[in-house]
Parts: sequence; structure tokens; C-alpha cells
Amino acid sequence: MTTISVAEIDGCPSGLEPPSSASSPDPSPFVKYQDDGAAQLELAVFGAKCAGCISKIEGGLNAIQGVKSSRLNLTTGKLVVTWQGGAISPKRITDTIASLGYRSKAFDPEAQSADKDEEGRFLLRCMAVAGFATANIMLLSIAVWAGHEGEMGPATRSMMHWVSAIIALPAAAFAGRPFFRSAYSALKVGRANMDVPISLAVILALSLSVYEALNHGRDAYFDAAVMLLFFLLIGRWLDHRLRARAHAAAQSLLNLQSTTANRLNDDGVVESVSARAISPGERIILWPGDRAPVNATIDAGASSVDISLVTGESEPVRLSGGDKIFAGVLNLSDKLTATATATVNDSLVAELARLIEAGEQGRSKYTRLADRAAALYVPLVHSLALATLLGWLFIGDANLRVAVMNAVAVLIITCPCALGLAAPAVQIVATGKLFKAGVLVKSGDALERLAEVDEFVFDKTGTLTHGRLTLSNARKITPETLRYAAMLARTSRHPLARAVVDAVGPGGAAATSLEFAGLGIEGEINGLRARFGRADWVGAEATIDDGVSDAWFRLGDDAPVRFTFEDRIRDDAAETIATLKAHGVGAAMLSGDREGPARRVAKLAGLGNWRAEMSPAEKIRELDKKAADGARVAMVGDGLNDAPALAAAHASLSPGSAADASQAAADFVYQGDGLGAVSIIYDVAKQSRRRVIQNFGFAALYNMCAIPLAVFGFVTPLIAALAMSGSSIIVTLNALRMQIGETQS
Amino acid sequence: MTALIFLIPIALVLGIAGLAAFIWTVKSGQYDDLDGAAERILLDDDDSENNGAKD
Repeated sequence: MTTISVAEIDGCPSGLEPPSSASSPDPSPFVKYQDDGAAQLELAVFGAKCAGCISKIEGGLNAIQGVKSSRLNLTTGKLVVTWQGGAISPKRITDTIASLGYRSKAFDPEAQSADKDEEGRFLLRCMAVAGFATANIMLLSIAVWAGHEGEMGPATRSMMHWVSAIIALPAAAFAGRPFFRSAYSALKVGRANMDVPISLAVILALSLSVYEALNHGRDAYFDAAVMLLFFLLIGRWLDHRLRARAHAAAQSLLNLQSTTANRLNDDGVVESVSARAISPGERIILWPGDRAPVNATIDAGASSVDISLVTGESEPVRLSGGDKIFAGVLNLSDKLTATATATVNDSLVAELARLIEAGEQGRSKYTRLADRAAALYVPLVHSLALATLLGWLFIGDANLRVAVMNAVAVLIITCPCALGLAAPAVQIVATGKLFKAGVLVKSGDALERLAEVDEFVFDKTGTLTHGRLTLSNARKITPETLRYAAMLARTSRHPLARAVVDAVGPGGAAATSLEFAGLGIEGEINGLRARFGRADWVGAEATIDDGVSDAWFRLGDDAPVRFTFEDRIRDDAAETIATLKAHGVGAAMLSGDREGPARRVAKLAGLGNWRAEMSPAEKIRELDKKAADGARVAMVGDGLNDAPALAAAHASLSPGSAADASQAAADFVYQGDGLGAVSIIYDVAKQSRRRVIQNFGFAALYNMCAIPLAVFGFVTPLIAALAMSGSSIIVTLNALRMQIGETQS
Repeated sequence: MTALIFLIPIALVLGIAGLAAFIWTVKSGQYDDLDGAAERILLDDDDSENNGAKD
């Protein structure tokens, strides 16, 4: 876990620190070869945020002989590198990126869907056409409205109407497609969505206007029809952009599961292949720093293995021949040879992925606020228009033309322009604000869901705590002993050794050292044998059993010294939980770790409600139970074991240091070392929900004023245009107010 | 009012020119990486001969 988080921050913007984990997996299985012999590799690059990153990465890659081009998309974090096939090894590219201080992972071309944002471009084109038509027709319409006083003759007016028609009809046919299509597919299955009244209003308004133009009538609604499309397309595009960004973030995280594996062939050759190519019975090699790609049984070798991402247990365990390892565990100290017992699809990670998928399916049933409003709105508007038509025909004794005219006016004036902009505008502003605070929003409706929760459930290891062990008794140890222990510890990647190095800081390393899996490190310092490891191995007699993680250090024949370690709680954990409680939401902790450490952390964080030793399935069951009681739960977690719970919760958050699967399952990914981001995100979610409801209020208020005018036939094209643009502008300004309000406070 | 006979077409032609230009920018992918475009302006691209040849 440490290795990932450090690699994630040190890249940008100066990012001169090398990443702590030097191992970058070989991306060869994911290289695409083109017909002309060129090779192309797509990588997700993490941590690139600024111009410095672009020039560092692209410059570094272009400097390699043979690389044809490299282009980093800063929005999606995707890097495309092409080179002359065979000129360089693909590993060199990932190594170069790693040496620049960024983490990268290959995109699996097979698992990838078409990534060109066709939908976005389509909406943009429609928007441009609608905008063009609106502007030009408005030029003509203003002349017509101004000429009503008698300066413009009926012949000129008719000509203006015809020119308007020539612009409006093709433009509406082109730009209206997103709405017509969606309305058609909804009607086909016998349902009505927001696009049905929109399409109806546009089509009716245009037909009526053509009829008026034919009969040299006074009022035509060409401008209103295309303006309606223009405003709605702005909302649509904003909404799409939000989703596309969320989708890109989610996809690059999902693609991280495209891991590579080192397969040991029968002829003794080690080959780097896609993890999906491993079948049960094949032999794989795990170097220190590798994650197991599939479930396997160890054949040879013994090593310390970090299983924290799988179980949440913070201490590494020692495994040797015959032991089973699960996909996702991290090999720490020695080379392991293992036989695969399952394919990727049957491995633990895939099992978790299925649980995640199940959770996400439940979540996709969530209806957004705007859609819920539309469900109420659509039937209301249609019956109102119909009532207007019948009312004018039978009660008002008007002719058909006047009745239809007024009914269409009702449809135009009630068209959900402001409704279509109300939610996306607020969400764009909120997401942008969170992005600046280092929070990635990964799903379009995440903010809405988070604003509804009434309880936060936290994981322990890596979420409430730092997720790594730190030296807790440094003050009781003499500086000299610390320095010697650190020299020895620098030669190992074991978490306890790293904790000692972290506490002491930079310095020299022991000249010779040997790591004994499960026992400790032995080396030579000043000509004396030094050992750092388990009590009995080092030669400490009194083993203190107080449940604290410890290691002993002994130099020559000196008395052994005890080093104790603990997973420290984050500094702002208690404060964040207090803030959340002050907001009236509950907080609880579900941990996969043992009861002792869980109790300690719960007490420090001020959590009365906690449970320990929970498996991933139990965590989900606990969430389901809470959901059955009517509670909406937000899950905050980082381990692989939390991923299913993250997907199943009403909303979920995970730190940037979390396991890739967890980041992929979470709605929000926050960077930084603190937990404070959680309360900030919750705050923004609440704020944006308030703003969305306010906006709906504005839209409703506007409708209440405008509908009576339309029903009783007082709406002219001028009033329709004013009302429509007025309400859209108010709604957008109200959304922007959120950003302005923040900068002032 | 006869001025309208050429003023309206001129206005339309100008509008269509703008629209065509915009659609071209969409097509050539200039809106695919809005964040990157904002940052790239800060890069000096004359410091490496590689960049100029490739972009």
C-alpha cells in the first residue's frame, strides 16, 4: 500500500523523487502491432496533472531512440506511445515513466470499448448547429417583433418568416436528433420520458409556424423551437461531459486489473504474459514486489507476503511451499515459484469483481432527482396542453387555429429548459470544485446519492489509519541502535524494516545483508553480525506477548533491543468523524482486522459502533442489514476486501492509496494523507443537492407565472423567448453562485 | 427594405462559415483533452527538435 501511495504523489509537478517501487510490470502482452510494422501501446498514467508532467513524460519518451510519437491526454490520463516495432522493448517505456516518478499501467486493448467520445462530438455538433440557427433566427425575429407597430409590411414579415423557416427546419432536424431518438425509443416501449414533451413541443411549434407563414400570419415560433433545442443541448452536453470524465476515470482504474504474469514454461524460460493467459496447472514466478495474478499454491521458496489488500490484516505473513496464495497478495521478500490453481476469472480478485458488479447493478437502478422530477412533470404538462386545447375549443368557442396555437404555446413555455440545465450545471460546478481539492468524482449521480446518506461506515486499515506500520517506541531506543538498525533495514522491503527507515530518515545501508523469510535480516555492521527480526531468531529470551507487532535488533553480543510498531490513526480521523456527527449522520467501523487493534482505533476515532474480523461477504451483509432497516449508508474503504462493500453501498469513497479494485468500485477517490476530504465531499454533496432543489424551485416558480399566461392565450413568441432564456440564465447563475460563494468564504 | 436582399444572405454566409469552422474543430479532436490544451500552452516546444517534427 505504501508503495502505491508514494508513487502516486511524487510525480507532479516537480516529482523528482523516484517511486519507491521500482518494479513496473512488463506491458508486452498489451502492445498492438499495426500493419506497417509500427507498435502502439496505450497506458493509463497516474499522477500527471500539469504542463510539467506533459513535457516530462512526452519529452522523456521522445528522447528514446525509435519512439515515433507519444501523446498524453491530461483529461483522461491516457498516454499513447507508438514506435517502430522491435526497435525497443515495451518494458523500456514503462520503466522510463516509472523513473520519471509516475505510475503507469497498460490498457488491455481486448477489454477496451471504443474510447473515442463519439457521443460527445455528436452533441457538440448538434449544439453548434442549434446555436447558429438560434442566433440567426433571432436577428430576423427581433426585426419582426420591432415591426409589429406597423413599420413592417405583411409581405416583408412573411419573407422573414420564410427565411427563418429555411434555417430552422433543417437545423431542428439535425440538432433535434438526440431528443427525437430518445423520445422514439421511450414511446416504442410504451413509456414517456422528458424527451417526449420536448420533441412534441419542437415539432408542433415548427409545424404551426410553417402554417402561420403559409397564411401570412403574425406569430411564428421558429426562434423558440431552435432556442429550446440550443439550451437543452447545452445541458445535455454538460451532463455528458461529466459522465464521460467519470467514465474515463472508472475505466482506467478497471483496466488496472489487466495485470501481467511471469509464466515459467516447461523449457525453463520465463515469459511475460497477460494474466488472463494463465491456466490452472501452469507455473508462475513471483518476484519480490509482484502481486499474485491468480490463485496459486507455492511450489518452492518461502517469503513474507503482504495480504492486507485481501483481508485488511496489517501484518505480513510468512508463506512457504504448499501454502495457498490468493490473487492480489503482494510478495515482499523472496522469489516464489507457484502453480496456478485457477484462472483469473475464477480467482479471488474476479470473485470480488463479481460482487462489485452485483453491487453496481443495484446502484444503477437509482433514479436521479431530475428524472424523478420529469416523471411528475411530463403527464402534468401534457394534460395541461390538452386541457388548453379543449378549453379554447369548447368553452372559449375559439376556432381550431387559435386553440392549437394556445396549446402549443403551453407546450413551449412549459418545456423543461431550466429543468434540463438545473442539475447538470450544479453538478459541473461541484465536480470542478472537488477536482481542485484533489477529489475524483467517478459517477454522474454520486453527489446526489452521497447527499442522501444517513450513516458513514469506515474501514480501519488504510482508511482510519495510515495503513502502514510505524515505529512507536523510537524514543526509548538509543540513537546509535536506531542508526544501526536502519542500516540493516534499508536492505529490505519488509513493512517493519521500512517503518524503521521511515522513522530514522536517509542514511547508509549495511554492506552485506541476507534476508531470511519469516525470520528477519542478517548483515554485517562494523565487522559485527547484526540481526533484525523475530525474537527467538535474534536471541531475545523474554518474549513479551502484549499483542503489539514487534521486531528485535541485536548487534554482535549486545543485549537485543525491542522495536514496537503500530498502525497509527490518521491525525484528522477523530475530527472528521466529529464533524460528520455534527451534521447529523452516523458513523461506524467495519474492520477485517483482529479485535484488539480494531478496538484501539475505534476508541481513538471516537466511534462507539464498530465490528472486527469481518470478511468481505460479512461486510456486505452488514450493509444490507442497515439498508433493510431503511438506512442509506456511505462506505469509506481502501482494501481489496472492501471493494464489494464499496460497490454495494449507497455511495462510496476511497483514498487514492487504495487497492485499484476499490478505487474502481468507489464513487469518489480522494488524494492526500488525511481523512478530512470525506467531510469536504459530504459538504459539497449537500450543498449541490440544495442548489439543485433551489433550481427546481426557480423552474417551478417560473412555470407558475408563465403557464396561466400561456393557457389564456397571452403568450406571444416574444414572451416565450424572454421567459425561456430568462429562466435558463437564472438557473445557470444560481449554479455558478456555488463557486463564487466558496471563494469569498 | 431592398437592402435585406443581400444583407440577410451575407449574415447567413458569415454564420455558416463560423459554424463550419466550429464543426471542423470538433472533428479534428480539439475538444477531446480540454485540460491538456490549457496546460500545453505553457510548454516551450522549441527546446527539442523531436517535438516540432511530430506534432
